[in-house]
Amino acid sequence: MDLRQEQFKHIGINEEKSQQIIRPSMTYWQDAWRRLKKNPVAMISLFLIVIFAIMSFVGPMLTPYDYFTNDLMNGDKTPSMKHWFGTDGLGRDLWERVWAGAKISLFIGVVTAFVSGVVGTLVGGVSGFFGGKLDMFIMRAIDVLIALPSLIITLLIMLYLGSGLVPIIIALAITGWLGLARLVRGQVLALKEQEFVLAARTLGASSSRLILKHLIPNTLGVIIVSLTFAIPAAIFSEAFLSFIGLGIQPPQTSWGQLASLGIAAMQSYPYQLIIPSIFISLTMLSLQLLGDGLRDALDPRLRK
Amino acid sequence: MAEKKTLIEVKNLKKYFNVGSGAILKAVDDISFAIKEGETLGLVGESGCGKSTTGRTIIRLYEATGGEVIYNGKNIHGLNKAEAKEFTKQAQMIFQDPYASLNPRITVGDIVGEGIDIHNLYSGKQRTEKIYELLNTVGLNKEHASRFPHEFSGGQRQRIGIARSLAIEPKFIVCDEPISALDVSIQAQVVNLLIKLQRELGLTYLFIAHDLSMVKHISDRVGVMYLGTMVEMASSEELYMNPLHPYTQALLSAIPIADPHVEKSRQRVLLEGDVPSPINPPPGCRFKARCRYAKDICSQEMPAFREISKDHFVACHIV
Repeated sequence: MDLRQEQFKHIGINEEKSQQIIRPSMTYWQDAWRRLKKNPVAMISLFLIVIFAIMSFVGPMLTPYDYFTNDLMNGDKTPSMKHWFGTDGLGRDLWERVWAGAKISLFIGVVTAFVSGVVGTLVGGVSGFFGGKLDMFIMRAIDVLIALPSLIITLLIMLYLGSGLVPIIIALAITGWLGLARLVRGQVLALKEQEFVLAARTLGASSSRLILKHLIPNTLGVIIVSLTFAIPAAIFSEAFLSFIGLGIQPPQTSWGQLASLGIAAMQSYPYQLIIPSIFISLTMLSLQLLGDGLRDALDPRLRK
Repeated sequence: MAEKKTLIEVKNLKKYFNVGSGAILKAVDDISFAIKEGETLGLVGESGCGKSTTGRTIIRLYEATGGEVIYNGKNIHGLNKAEAKEFTKQAQMIFQDPYASLNPRITVGDIVGEGIDIHNLYSGKQRTEKIYELLNTVGLNKEHASRFPHEFSGGQRQRIGIARSLAIEPKFIVCDEPISALDVSIQAQVVNLLIKLQRELGLTYLFIAHDLSMVKHISDRVGVMYLGTMVEMASSEELYMNPLHPYTQALLSAIPIADPHVEKSRQRVLLEGDVPSPINPPPGCRFKARCRYAKDICSQEMPAFREISKDHFVACHIV
């Protein structure tokens, strides 16, 4: 091919243009949300959880009954147009009781996860950041607490504090933060040698600034994922405690307690056990799957 | 030319790391040098020789095990809290990895403005103006302030790192291999930016690198490190024309020459063996195991770091 000087023209370099970024600006959270939306399983799970949470408030309004009034004439009615989920042995409407239970179960799950999340993050963060003797002391204390079966600790606390909503949350949170503290400590240990943390230190940043502005935001993904797994664990523990009679006291109710009452009538009226069990299972499954989805969405290594 | 004043003086600096079960890693073992105001001191050596540790100890990221670093007449390893904060305003660092050195969760504007926030230099509109000005200085523009680090290329990120270190108007900057993670075309861009900033702002650099030709280009004087010790130091012209230490000779002979005829006939000094472990090193010269000229005395005594000719220091028994 014949190329001549005249065929070329000098266009120079457009400095301005070479530094331009075409991709729209996206924060970390927008990016994570975009990836979560692409995961149908996680989105269905999220949808279910949101529906359950809304229904725990809206559901009871849809029927004329409440969850605590006995109606002995109408005991053990199977599901019908009148009582959508049937009634229990004392004639209480199960639809009402399922949503009353949902409120308590979800509340326990979320509050316990939140409390253990805050405690675990702070203890793990401080332990990893300062290191040395303090780290050693905190980690050995956590080792000891983890080595004790958490059920025994929970039962002892419940026996000491009595049963009820607040004691359950305290008892579950006391054993719940341990795993997260270890997790956050590991993350902080890895992050604190990163150059951006060193850069902040050369600029004279204080320890609290380093922890709050640089270290914790970078572990937030891990923390959130671990919390989505902590919620079902707390709901399940509460269900278990109520099941053995240590949890929520009647006439208040939770899913675990409903299942416990249902088991007594299992042979004659299986729906009394099956309905609350379905709700427990669906919630657990949804939260687990959402947790999986969040882990994928929040992991920057999977960014495309 | 008037004799320039010494800005920072390192005296017998030691940094040991305890690596468990009684083993001590001597990352930096008794090195001394001085940097004059407005000059660039290059520091070269192979991986693991303690260059970065030296830089980080000088900037107080690590506590020194022994020795002193004297800045403005004060030992920076004995400062109280207020003085230490004042020192962070004077001395800054540019890091090696442009991907790890920017917090992925905060915007570029906040990264550059972090020093301003920590030292309460400006606030509100003035702060924003200052950040735009800094971005402009390093060849970026103000639209970039609201972006996040992952949206930038390696070279751009490194310039953001430079803008961050300039925000508090330091006098002394430790450049810890600022160009080794960049590709060659971008390396020149960043080095030229550093040279331009030095001229305009009167900065003093400690330039750590392992690319010898780049170090020669930017440095007034060059120090060569081997296994935690300084083996030779001279002005860059002198060092490249007349290397005295066998290790420096070997290093320099490894620089490729951009001329095929010369390159073909070039004689290389090849080193044999690996760098010995810096954990509990044996007495004597650190380089003896790989040195062609090693004699008995080399394994008995550590050679002194002495001045052979004016401003040319070397630590070798042979020379």
